[in-house]
Amino acid sequence: MGRKLDVLRKEKRGPGRKARKQKGAEVELAKFLPPGKCLCFRIIFCAHTHTHSPHAVTPVRSCSRGTCALHVMVCTQYSHLSNAQGRVTLLFLDSLTASLPAEPPDLHLVHQRIKENVEVLQDFRVKREAGRARQEYLALLRQDLAVYYSYSDFLLKKLMELFPLPELVNFLESNEVPRPMTLRTNTLKTRRRDLAQALINRGVNLDPLGKWSKTGLVVYDSSVPIGATPEYLAGHYMLQGASSLLPVMALAPQENERILDMCCAPGGKTSYIAQLMKNTGVILANDSSAERLRSVVGNLHRLGVTNAVLSHCDGRQFPKVLGGFDRVLLDAPCSGTGVISKDPAVKTNKDERDILRCAHLQKELILSAIDSVNAASETGGYIVYCTCSIMVEENEWVVDYALKKRNVRLVPTGLDFGKEGFTRFKDRRFHPSLKSTQRFYPHTHNMDGFFIAKLKKFSNAIPKMQKDEESTVETASSASAPEVAAEPQLKRKKLERLKVTMGQKKQQQPPSKGGSVQRHKRPSPRRLGTRPPARKQHRVHRNRQ
Amino acid sequence: MRPLTEEETRALFEKLAKYIGENIQLLVDRPDGSYCFRLHKDRVYYVSERILKVATSIPGDKLVALGTCFGKFTKTQKFRLHVTALDYLAPYAKYKVWVKPGAEQSFLYGNHVLKSGLGRITENTAQYQGVVVYSMADVPLGFGVAAKSTQDCRKVDPMAIVVFHQADVGEYVRHEETLT
Repeated sequence: MGRKLDVLRKEKRGPGRKARKQKGAEVELAKFLPPGKCLCFRIIFCAHTHTHSPHAVTPVRSCSRGTCALHVMVCTQYSHLSNAQGRVTLLFLDSLTASLPAEPPDLHLVHQRIKENVEVLQDFRVKREAGRARQEYLALLRQDLAVYYSYSDFLLKKLMELFPLPELVNFLESNEVPRPMTLRTNTLKTRRRDLAQALINRGVNLDPLGKWSKTGLVVYDSSVPIGATPEYLAGHYMLQGASSLLPVMALAPQENERILDMCCAPGGKTSYIAQLMKNTGVILANDSSAERLRSVVGNLHRLGVTNAVLSHCDGRQFPKVLGGFDRVLLDAPCSGTGVISKDPAVKTNKDERDILRCAHLQKELILSAIDSVNAASETGGYIVYCTCSIMVEENEWVVDYALKKRNVRLVPTGLDFGKEGFTRFKDRRFHPSLKSTQRFYPHTHNMDGFFIAKLKKFSNAIPKMQKDEESTVETASSASAPEVAAEPQLKRKKLERLKVTMGQKKQQQPPSKGGSVQRHKRPSPRRLGTRPPARKQHRVHRNRQ
Repeated sequence: MRPLTEEETRALFEKLAKYIGENIQLLVDRPDGSYCFRLHKDRVYYVSERILKVATSIPGDKLVALGTCFGKFTKTQKFRLHVTALDYLAPYAKYKVWVKPGAEQSFLYGNHVLKSGLGRITENTAQYQGVVVYSMADVPLGFGVAAKSTQDCRKVDPMAIVVFHQADVGEYVRHEETLT
């Protein structure tokens, strides 16, 4: 009998392999907790980042069990740290004694506080408590929202930048309820009236979706599984969110065109395109994942789409594989911040890097999408870019980038509702034509959060100057003027540049301004502000040489 | 991707003829452009020339499907029709079977059609004739083989099988991953 299975041997064993693997759980967990939720983590981490001593690790584990007396111990333990760090820990201690949220917070209370604080913030001058700064209110509000709706601090910060406060609460609230189930009639096989009648006979309660759609139906409740009725299996309808009808309507495919759907899975939009084209022309439906294409194959055959070719190339290779399309639909992979009600995991598992990674991929995809369109096409020459994210980084920024890199211009999407896209966001200024892009939100339109931009390509040529332009911007942002210089000098300069940028990073609080993707953006005003001392320093060094 | 060989074409057409008889002609000679059969990864696809042109420029290993999949060749070089071919079989079918609403669901779960579920059947259907199965609302549900001729159907007891199940649209949900 194996050592572990032997019941008679009562010797104590240490933690098993599994326990050893899971050791990092507290560390992992801390990432998702809002800053105020369990302060013990913050103290330890603040101490931990400064020391890297093995002592710093042990208290973390004991703290997570909720013995709050330990906090003080920890703090005193690290009080020998330098003055500045000591002050940091003190500050945390202060807030610790002020509110000891070791137990799960009272959600009613939190909700009440959110309401009141939003009210105060809306009319801050009159309603505020004297001596409290707006920042304090905002920080508390963010903390409360993070607790109440269980968002990560990062995402909440992003959302707060995006929406005014009352709207933000509405948005968060509407992410908690599912969107209505909608379906699209397959006009290749049936008519909406017939389908509605057939489904009503099966005990489904439904209504037309809205004035803007001739094929959509919204299902209120049903006595049968709506995804397995004989009508569904016979391909008379497709279960599809209302928001995913919009990009296809914006694309407005015409009969006998060549159309590329770059990221097609699970095939809802592709089949809608085929339906609008009445099965004429050619659709190339591409998706990078062969796994996900299985459902596309099933859906297209079920719906009777015969004009599609399915491939699983990487979207970025596109003009190389095949080009010269009349229209391209790019439903880019995104962080999914618009569909939190569908996938609540997004609330916690996204951070800055995920968003930037998505944005980078989207930029590559949009360029290859634009390149695979034929601008000389008689009927087309359009690209529709859409994401189910509401982040500016993944939407306006990407389109703005495409506007700079290629000969395209934005045209109205042809949808008469939805909000205008941003032309300015924080310190970023986008092209004014970005007004004609459209955003859809769960709380205003009762559909998934969505972004749609329609581009018209007016020339097949790729603008040349981009290379040198990019390099000039790059050098400007890295705060050094590279004149013609000797080899060793250059090296030293590089080193200095590194130092300077590192110093800058420390000064700027949100380090999000870094990142290789953003380098060719205009330098932000804040960055301009921090630069002069750095430059001076640089000059001094050069003189010394 | 390649055109079918002589034997493959014969196997395919023999199978199709069981369901649509001489209407095969209509599949090959169409007024709206020329259509052809292509073999890709053992699957047979029915596509128009125009779509074929686009498909040829995609590398073979990246191509997943094109046009309509009719079925596949087994390892023993027999042809097996898939439910995806139903869109082309149904309009040209010579022999049809309608099932009652109560038996619809049973057929869609992959069961044979019993006499009790039989709504209508085309006159003079022979035994072992390929038939397309419809719901009473004339929605094609799948296809199969008649287990009994029309005459025999009248006599048998209610629990006897009248149509052997071959393919049904429920496979879109049940076997989504094996369709291609």
